[in-house]
Amino acid sequence: MSILADKSTRVVVQGITGKEGAFHAARCKEYGTQVVGGVTPGKGGTTHEGFAVWNTVEEAVKKEGANCALIFVPPAGAADAIMEAAAAGVPLVICITEGIPVADMVRAKHFVLGTGSRLIGPNCPGVITPGQAKIGIMPGHIHKAGDVGVVSRSGTLTYEVVGQLTARGIGQSTCVGIGGDPVNGTSFVDVLRLFNEDAATRAIMMIGEIGGTAEEDAAAFIKAHVKKPVVAFICGQTAPPGRRMGHAGAIIAGGKGTAAEKMKVLQTAGATLVKSPADMGATVAKVIGK
Amino acid sequence: MKIHEYQAKLLLREFGVPVPDGDVADTPAKAKQIAQQLSGKVVVKAQVHAGGRGKGGGIKIADGPEAAETAAKQILGMKLKTPQTPPEGILVRSVWVERASDIARELYLSMTLDRARSTHVVMASEAGGMEIEEVAARTPEKIIREWAHPALGLADFQARRLAFGLGLSGEPFKQGVGLIRNLFRLYLAKDCSLVEVNPLVVTKDGRVLALDAKLNFDDNALFRHKEVAELRDVNEEDPLDVEASKYNLNYIKLEGNVACMVNGAGLAMATMDIVKLSGGEPANFLDVGGSASPEQIENAFRILSSDPSVKAIFINVFGGILRVDRLAEGIIAAVRKLGLKLPVVLRAEGTNVEQGKKMLADSGLPLIMAADMAEGAKKAVELARKSP
Repeated sequence: MSILADKSTRVVVQGITGKEGAFHAARCKEYGTQVVGGVTPGKGGTTHEGFAVWNTVEEAVKKEGANCALIFVPPAGAADAIMEAAAAGVPLVICITEGIPVADMVRAKHFVLGTGSRLIGPNCPGVITPGQAKIGIMPGHIHKAGDVGVVSRSGTLTYEVVGQLTARGIGQSTCVGIGGDPVNGTSFVDVLRLFNEDAATRAIMMIGEIGGTAEEDAAAFIKAHVKKPVVAFICGQTAPPGRRMGHAGAIIAGGKGTAAEKMKVLQTAGATLVKSPADMGATVAKVIGK
Repeated sequence: MKIHEYQAKLLLREFGVPVPDGDVADTPAKAKQIAQQLSGKVVVKAQVHAGGRGKGGGIKIADGPEAAETAAKQILGMKLKTPQTPPEGILVRSVWVERASDIARELYLSMTLDRARSTHVVMASEAGGMEIEEVAARTPEKIIREWAHPALGLADFQARRLAFGLGLSGEPFKQGVGLIRNLFRLYLAKDCSLVEVNPLVVTKDGRVLALDAKLNFDDNALFRHKEVAELRDVNEEDPLDVEASKYNLNYIKLEGNVACMVNGAGLAMATMDIVKLSGGEPANFLDVGGSASPEQIENAFRILSSDPSVKAIFINVFGGILRVDRLAEGIIAAVRKLGLKLPVVLRAEGTNVEQGKKMLADSGLPLIMAADMAEGAKKAVELARKSP
């Protein structure tokens, strides 16, 4: 087992005729993911680099039973693409797009909450269940099937921890990038809950960053509910206040959201904290006795 | 993106939010002329992107046109130092001259995103004129909040609750409700990330005015607000930050001497952290992005090398979308063009790593290779320490 994605997941790629969309749709398919086609409004009925293209997500759902949407639509139209996927009844919507206006995401998130869909991202690397399905932009070959769940706000830092785990022979159940934006669809708490209930996940590696209170919420949830060991790293220990560190969400504002604060609450909640990003894999190994 | 107070006030005026009469001046003569038109007592305010201007001598009250001219002479061209500016201060290039207000009450009003609730929040307080963080820490009960509906916005009853909460009644209440509604309209229409009016004042003759105004904008939404993007004042930003933004590089200059070049914001922050843990100080935050081109890499390399405080460069890349061979291509091009004056430590992993490493080896460049990020950080810190 795993969470969110597995062999049966059928993916439709929104924005498939764009450069990024086409490239990554092919990489996902190569990995073994069932990519059933893509959507680009106005190009329906054509094929693009071997993929069937539809005008709407609804068509992909009706004709191919798509149950996951992967979004590469540029920022100006990305929030709309999220809403279209949710309206079409796609249960899992993963948005890779970086740079969506915050106000658009406020509306889109509210819209998605009114449907039964789950949104992952935006501004995230996606979801991978090693050996089963890769739905996103992460390099598939660094992963290995196993029993450590990984959840992170950052993309390449997730690759870093996965690389460290795999190098030690520690595989991953599922890796979820929840994204670096201030408004996102799925929180640490949501993913921790899924990992906690997933029989195939033995331990959880969580990577947070400065800004907001998502890590604090995660700490409260860990303390109250999580039965599995959690290892946590928070990046941005040296970040200056008031400056946005690349991610729109990574900013220490009004003295709140510092790494030190987040590390403290997570430690108090029972998580094992990693101080150096070079020690993430080693700490997980120690915690699971490998 | 930040703008000046005078730009903010002109926007407020456009949206029907009352502000004191006034205009902007870049010479003492112009300041005098504005004061003449306004007549009576005026306030001359330095226009820089930093708060706490009054404490640093950047705000002066003048009795008439001559006094306004003198005040402008003192402020224009000064290096204004406040708790929010760099230690050396910021050069003042313009002043805002406005009619002095007869203040009865100072209030606070702001609008921003509440991340925890994923919607916009309007905050108001009777404790105006103070730092809101201080009010929040000491007397949180003095801040009232109304959360806008994610799709429907701020309802009229919410604007009324805020105005009542501010202790307004009669004519000022009506004005206050209108002001809150209009300000929220501006906040949404221009994709602001922050609107802060501190203080919002009630004058002795019962008018409600925005005496100060701070507007920040969502950078991600600037593509649909050309008129806002044009308000950017690059004089207020670090020249290297400005240079980096030309090439869509996420760069922030810091105080240390180990330059970091990384792909991805999270890994970039983690790289700064490990430099610090290894006993060094990062010279910058730099995320070259997921899909950086060799040109972007080259420019990033040039920007890092041009910072005089940098003693060593640490390149830490985990190739995902950004392939290591493309990174190698950019580095080789940059070094061929600019020469290699500083020690460069490289740690690369991920997509096409073998190909990239081979390209770098074949190039014959004297790069110092590191097997992982701990080793890379350690080497870079040592080299920075040894370098003259």
